[in-house]
Amino acid sequence: MPVQYYIFLSIALFCIGVMGVLMRRNAIIIFMCIELMLNAVNLLLVAFSKMWADAGKVDAGSAQLFVFFIMVVAAAEVAVGLAIITMVYRNTHSVDINILNRLKN
Amino acid sequence: MGMSTQQIIFMVLSLVALVSALGVVLSKNPVTSVLCLIVTFFAIAGHYVMLNAQFLAVVHIIVYAGAIMVLFLYVMMLMNLNSEIEPQKRNWLKYAGAVSGGALLVVLVAALRDASVPALSESSVEIGLIHNLGKLLFTQYVVPFEVSSILFLSAMVGAVVIGKKD
Repeated sequence: MPVQYYIFLSIALFCIGVMGVLMRRNAIIIFMCIELMLNAVNLLLVAFSKMWADAGKVDAGSAQLFVFFIMVVAAAEVAVGLAIITMVYRNTHSVDINILNRLKN
Repeated sequence: MGMSTQQIIFMVLSLVALVSALGVVLSKNPVTSVLCLIVTFFAIAGHYVMLNAQFLAVVHIIVYAGAIMVLFLYVMMLMNLNSEIEPQKRNWLKYAGAVSGGALLVVLVAALRDASVPALSESSVEIGLIHNLGKLLFTQYVVPFEVSSILFLSAMVGAVVIGKKD
């Protein structure tokens, strides 16, 4: 199976994430779209790891552990990010990013 | 054109992933967005299994569908958001966002269409099992593993400090 399929699938998922970030105003939805972009990149990394492992260039196990560490960092990022969004909601009673464009007041 | 079973599975999973990803962006109700994103994550986990990354597929489901999305749903229900609360962007701004995303798609596809890459074969079936990855994780990559535990600790402390009422 050609790896191009995976490249195009990842590009499509990534671009849907970009569209979501640009189109929506709800901060939580934007955060979810960022997660979607991150997962598109992870999928592409796994596909490339298999591609180069089949070609004998890299160790596929190391490549998959790289993706594993990306997931670890993403989980930590979500915890802190959602805490920040909750804090903002408590202070402004809104998660509209237009209200957040000035951080003061 | 005859398609192999692998290609049919790939097409079905990709269709599910793309449709539900569009659902995340386009649905008015935030809870529907979260549910669509969970469906997308399951489809991506299916892709991981097809790429012989079984351990990653399981971790992906546990971490994303099990932990992160529950966190999202929980925050969303705490805030009691629904569709009429979310203010709508001006229409031309929405179209501009869609057009820029589409332009990015066109540019990336045009750039990578003729890239010459080796094809995927069926050689390394066992590499993604937990037996191999665990051995690698606790020998060669034990230092990054410990560093990531410190990262988790600091993220946990940070989340509690930011989130607590003052």
